[in-house]
Amino acid sequence: MRSASLPERHIVGASVPRKEGWDKVTGAARYVDDLVLPGMIYGATVRSNVARGKIRKISFDSTLSWNDFVVVTARDIPGKNCISLILDDQPCLASETVNHPEEPILLLAHADRHKLRKAVDAVSIDYEPLPPVHTMEESEQQSTIIWGTDNNFKTFLVEKGDVDAVWREAALIVEGEYSTGAQEQLYIENNGVIAAFDPENGITVWGSLQCPYYVHKALMTLCGLPEDKVRVVQMETGGAFGGKEEYPSMLAGHAALLAIKSGRPVKIIYDRMEDMVATTKRHPSRTRHRTAVDKDGKILGGEIEFTIDGGAYATLSSVVLSRGTIHAGGPYYWPSVRIRTKALATNAPPHGAFRGFGAPQSLFAMERHMDRIAQVVGISPIEVRRRNFLKPGQTTTTQQVIREEIDLSHLLDRALKLSDYSGKKARFAEENKAGMRKKGIGIAAFLHGAGFTGSGERYLNSLVGVEAAADGGVRVLVSSAEFGQGTNTVLCQIAAEALGLPYDSVAIAQPDTTVVPNSGPTVASRTAMIVGKLVQSAAQGIKQTLTKAGLLGDDYTPEDFRAACQEYIASRGELKSYARYEAPSDVHWDDEKYRGEAYAAFAWAVYVAEVTVDLTTYAVTVDDFVALQEVGKVLHPVLAEGQITGGVAQAIGFALYEKVVWQNGRMINNQMTNYIMPTSVDLPLIRVFFEELGNVHGAHGAKGIGELPMDGPAPAIVSAVEDAIGVRFHSIPLLPEALFEGLRPESLEQEAPASTRGAA
Amino acid sequence: MNPSPGTVAKSEVLFTVNGETKKVLTYPMERLLDVLRNELELTGTKEGCGEGECGSCSVLLDGMLVNSCLVPVGQARGASIVTIEGLSAHAPMNLVREAFLECGSAQCGICTPGMILAAVHLLEKKPEPALADIREGLAGNLCRCTGYMQIFEAVARAARRRVSK
Repeated sequence: MRSASLPERHIVGASVPRKEGWDKVTGAARYVDDLVLPGMIYGATVRSNVARGKIRKISFDSTLSWNDFVVVTARDIPGKNCISLILDDQPCLASETVNHPEEPILLLAHADRHKLRKAVDAVSIDYEPLPPVHTMEESEQQSTIIWGTDNNFKTFLVEKGDVDAVWREAALIVEGEYSTGAQEQLYIENNGVIAAFDPENGITVWGSLQCPYYVHKALMTLCGLPEDKVRVVQMETGGAFGGKEEYPSMLAGHAALLAIKSGRPVKIIYDRMEDMVATTKRHPSRTRHRTAVDKDGKILGGEIEFTIDGGAYATLSSVVLSRGTIHAGGPYYWPSVRIRTKALATNAPPHGAFRGFGAPQSLFAMERHMDRIAQVVGISPIEVRRRNFLKPGQTTTTQQVIREEIDLSHLLDRALKLSDYSGKKARFAEENKAGMRKKGIGIAAFLHGAGFTGSGERYLNSLVGVEAAADGGVRVLVSSAEFGQGTNTVLCQIAAEALGLPYDSVAIAQPDTTVVPNSGPTVASRTAMIVGKLVQSAAQGIKQTLTKAGLLGDDYTPEDFRAACQEYIASRGELKSYARYEAPSDVHWDDEKYRGEAYAAFAWAVYVAEVTVDLTTYAVTVDDFVALQEVGKVLHPVLAEGQITGGVAQAIGFALYEKVVWQNGRMINNQMTNYIMPTSVDLPLIRVFFEELGNVHGAHGAKGIGELPMDGPAPAIVSAVEDAIGVRFHSIPLLPEALFEGLRPESLEQEAPASTRGAA
Repeated sequence: MNPSPGTVAKSEVLFTVNGETKKVLTYPMERLLDVLRNELELTGTKEGCGEGECGSCSVLLDGMLVNSCLVPVGQARGASIVTIEGLSAHAPMNLVREAFLECGSAQCGICTPGMILAAVHLLEKKPEPALADIREGLAGNLCRCTGYMQIFEAVARAARRRVSK
C-alpha cells in the first residue's frame, strides 16, 4: 500500500492549534456546571440500598416540610418508564422492584442544595429482600434467575474450521484462565445535566455527554414527546472515555422529569462519590483458553470462552461482548477456532462502555495465553508471536480476509529495537541475581477494529453537514462530540483541506440536536475515520455546488471562495451540503453466524513494557514504555500522540493500580482517595511511534486510534512482571497484595500443573 | 464532605481576588470553591472530587497552591487569591498557556486550569525545573486524558522560554 504522507502545506497531518484550546487554557470553556439558568433549582436522586428486593413502602421524615420540595416517582413519568437504548429493560425510576444497590427510585429538587442533601437522607424505603446474585459463577449456575430466563443478556458463537479435529494432531494442548476487574472511567468532570421544560417547546437538556442523539431518543421515549419537542445540547465535556455514552440518558431523564413537574430549570451534578458508586464501569471479565499447538508453537486451533459481567440491566453489554468476542483471537492466525461468549446479569449497577469496549479484556487473556504457550513449547514470547501473526491474505477468526499489507513481524522487530529489548533482557537477567528489586521486560501484540462492528455502521446511517456563510466562513455540522480527543480540531482540518481554505476559516457547530444532523454516537474509534470521511465528502459538496453554479473555478483563493459564497447565498439562500454513510461494497457481515468483515479497518500495535518489581514492598513500577502502532494516516501528530499516551496511562492504571472493591454489588471505595489512578509521578516515559499504512475507508487514510492504546499495556506489563520474577499472573489489577498472595509457596505449587496438558 | 453551613449565620468576608477587592456575604464554612464559582462567577476553577485529591480546583492563596474545595471561605479572609481568570498578570502565565496549546497538554480541559496554576506556582518557585521537579510539582493535579507526558513537555518548554527571555 502506498505511503499516506501528504506534503507540508497541507492542513491534514499538521499539528494545528486545538479549536477550543484557548478557551480551555484560560478557563473560559463552558462546562455544564458553569451554566446557570434563571429560576434554576437543583435535583438529587434517592437510590435503593439493597442489591435486590421489592419496594414495600416509601416514607418521608415528617420533620421536614416536603411542600418546599419537588418530588418525582415513577408515577410521574409521562411516557415509558425506561432508558431507551437497545433492549429498553432498564427503568428510569424503579417502581416495584430494585435490581442493584444504587438503583434510582425517587427524585427531589429544591433551590437550596444543602437542604436537598438533608432531604435525600430523610426518605426511607422499606424492602422485601430477594436473593441477589453477585458473581458470574453464581449467575451462570442459574439457581437464582435475576434477568430473562437464564441470566444471559447475550451470547455469541464464532466458528471457523473443524476445531474438534485438531486435538488429535496437536503436539501440545495449552489451557489457561484469565480475568480482569472492573475499572472506573474517572473522567475528572463528574456527570451532570440541566433540563428545562415549557409546554410549547418541550424539553431541552444541556449536558456533559458523548452521544446527543442517544439522549434525544431516550428522552422522547421517557417523556412521550415527538422528535421536535426534545432538544439536546452538548456542553464542553470534561472527559468521558465511554463513561458518558449511556448514563447521560438516565441523568437527563431524571432532570427532565423534575423540570416537567416543577416548571423550572433543574440542574443535577453528581458529586464524585455518587458518580463512582452509581454510574457504569468497565465490565469485569473471565476468559478460558484451550489451544492446540504443533511442536514449534504454531496454533492449530482452539476454544475460547469469554464471559463478562453486565450488572443488572442489558444496557450496552451485548455490544461490548461483541467487540470482546471479535478481538478474542488477537492478531493471530487461527486455522480453526470456536469462540463462545456470554454477558451475564448480576445485581450490581450496569457495567458499560469504557475505552476499548470488551477488547482490552479478551486481548489481555490472549496475550497472557501466548506467553503461556511460549513457555510450554519452550520458545520465547517473541518467537511464539512471530510464528502465529496474521498475514495479508489470511483470515481472522470471523473469516475476514486481511487486505491491508500489514507486516506484524516488522512492527515487532521495530518495537524490540526501539525498546532495546534484547539488550535489556540480558542485562536484567544478570542484575536480577542479587537484590530485592527485580527488573523485567514484556511485550504485547494486538489489533483494534475501527468503527462499529459488522453491519453497525449500516444501521447508524450517519449524516454529516457542512455549511458556508456569506462571509466565506465554513461550519461543520455533526453530532460527534469533543471530550478531549480532538474531534473539533480534526474534523475542521479535514473540511479546510477539502475546501482548500485556511484552518481558521472553518469552525464546528456546538452539538445541538436542533442544529446538527445525527452523525452517530461519538464512540468506537469511529469519528476520525468514518465521520471524517463524511465531512470530507460534504465539504467537497460545497465546492461542487459553487463550481456548478459557475461561481468558482478550479483554482481559487479564500477571497474567491468568500465572493462565491456571498453571491450564491444572496441569490439562493443558504449553502449547505450533506453526506450520508454508504457501506463499502466489499464489507459483508453475517449477524447470525457472526462471520465476515467485522471492521472496515484494524489498527495494529506492538507495545513493550519495562518494570521493576520490588520484593520488599511488592509494588510494581513501569520504568519505560514503547508504544508502536500502525493507525493509518496520522491526521494530527500532537493529538494522536496524546491519545496514545493517555490511553497507555489509563491502561497502566487498569493493570497495576485501579481496583474496584465490591461489597454486595456496591463499589465501596468510591473516592479518589481509595480508588487510585496514576499521578504524574507514577508513570514512565511513554514513548510513542507511528507507522502509517493508510486505509481506503478513512478520511485521508485515517483509522481509529482512541481505543487501541487501552488494549496492550496490561498484558505487556504482566508479562514483564513474569520476566522479572518468574511467576505468572493471570488476573488484573495486579496490586501489591495480589503479588504478595501470588508469591506464597502454596499459590506457586497450585498453579503450575493445572494449565498445561501434554498431547495424548 | 463539608459540613452544612446552614446552621450558622452568614457574615461578610473581605479578600482580594485577581487583584480586585471582593466582599461576599456568606457562611464562613462555605467552600472557597463554591464562593468563587457561585458568588463571584469565576467558573474557571473546577470541581473534580471535592476532597482535595484531584487538584482541579487549585488556586493560589497568598502565593500558596491550595485546593479551594478544602478551604472554608472564612479562612480566606484578608487573603489574596489568584484564579485561572486572573493569571494574566503573573509573569510565567502566558508562556505556560502557549506551551500548553502547542504541546497538546489540554485535552478535555477540566483539569487544565488547576494544572496551569500548579505549573505557574512551580515555575515561580523553581524557574529551571528538572523533569523530576515537574513531576513532583504537578503530583497533586490529576489528569485522566493525557498521561501527563505532553504536560511535562509544556512546562519544560515554558521554563526554557522564560529563562531565555
